[in-house]
Amino acid sequence: MSVPAREVGGDDSAGRLVRPFTLTGGRTRPSRADFTLITTLMAVDPPPVRAPRPQPEQLRILRRCARPIAVAELAAHLDLPVSVVVIMLCDLLEAGLITAHPPHPVSARTPDLDLLQKVRDGLGRL
Amino acid sequence: MAGSDVTAQAATAPDTVKILVAGGFGVGKTTMVGSVSEIVPLRTEEPLTVAGLGVDDLDGIEEKKATTVALDFGRITISRELVLYLFGTPGQQRFWFMWNDLAIGALGAVVLVDVRRPESSFAAIDFFERRRIPFVVGVNGFHGEHPYPAEDIREALALPEHVRVLLCDARDRESCRDVLIALIDQLIAAAVRAD
Ligand SMILES: Nc1nc2c(ncn2[C@@H]2O[C@H](COP(=O)(O)OP(=O)(O)OP(=O)(O)O)[C@@H](O)[C@H]2O)c(=O)[nH]1
Ligand SMILES: [Mg+2]
Repeated sequence: MSVPAREVGGDDSAGRLVRPFTLTGGRTRPSRADFTLITTLMAVDPPPVRAPRPQPEQLRILRRCARPIAVAELAAHLDLPVSVVVIMLCDLLEAGLITAHPPHPVSARTPDLDLLQKVRDGLGRL
Repeated sequence: MAGSDVTAQAATAPDTVKILVAGGFGVGKTTMVGSVSEIVPLRTEEPLTVAGLGVDDLDGIEEKKATTVALDFGRITISRELVLYLFGTPGQQRFWFMWNDLAIGALGAVVLVDVRRPESSFAAIDFFERRRIPFVVGVNGFHGEHPYPAEDIREALALPEHVRVLLCDARDRESCRDVLIALIDQLIAAAVRAD
């Protein structure tokens, strides 16, 4: 098991409000909009000492997130709808047990030549 | 600390981008995703309540309280820092409202056309044109046959000059890779023009 569950003890509702969110810019509740299909998740390792004890379903997610994994991949592996997984991810993010890395921003107005060239080169190597 | 730096680097989440593989029902979208993906295409099933569907989408499912829409996708690792995902859009017309969500943040799209019934991909072309989402057209020549040159297909589909049309085989990895490269080249060309 990649997540040391015994360290994830303690239930404190007061401490929850001050834990930093990587994604939510200081809002107190992560929202479903914080997770796209290709948002990359990672379990926080070691988990915050004062995080609430994860539920079995959450532990399954945390194990899958030991390495970076996209929301869509996680849902497919868990055989759960993305909408259901995202609700659980909101809780995990709020508890400080995962971080969520948003997709590379894509804008039609200001195309990112450097990014496109990287993708081009990568495809060329296939 | 050097040691923790190494750990931090190994644990950095990659940037992700996506490309859609769209087109009419059964044109070979899932096949194409599977041909270039480094993983067996994954699939998620999304439950849909009737409330989530537009009024026009209710045909044939009004008796049911819920249905599901399947989404399949593959992955191409470009580098340690960058991963490309390919999403096959649901082919059935009644699930097209999902395309809007899928299209947000996409680099662009491949519209696959079944050479035997190109009209089945008209609506997909329309979708991307209206939203000004860049796309290329891949003509899937089922059985590897291409009875028409790309220019004839361009004309039949009334495509503007800057949209590339490629004859391809959705079952063939290199062929599908070349379609993706054509899309990126088209994006690069547009970016250079805009400069
Ligand atoms: N002979 C031949 N068969 C193909 C080709 N591409 C796809 N097929 C077959 O055609 C059928 C439909 O292909 P899919 O890749 O599932 O098509 P799709 O566009 O994902 O279909 P939907 O998602 O249902 O709209 C499958 O049985 C494929 O094996 C091709 O180039 N040649
Ligand atoms: Mg399919």
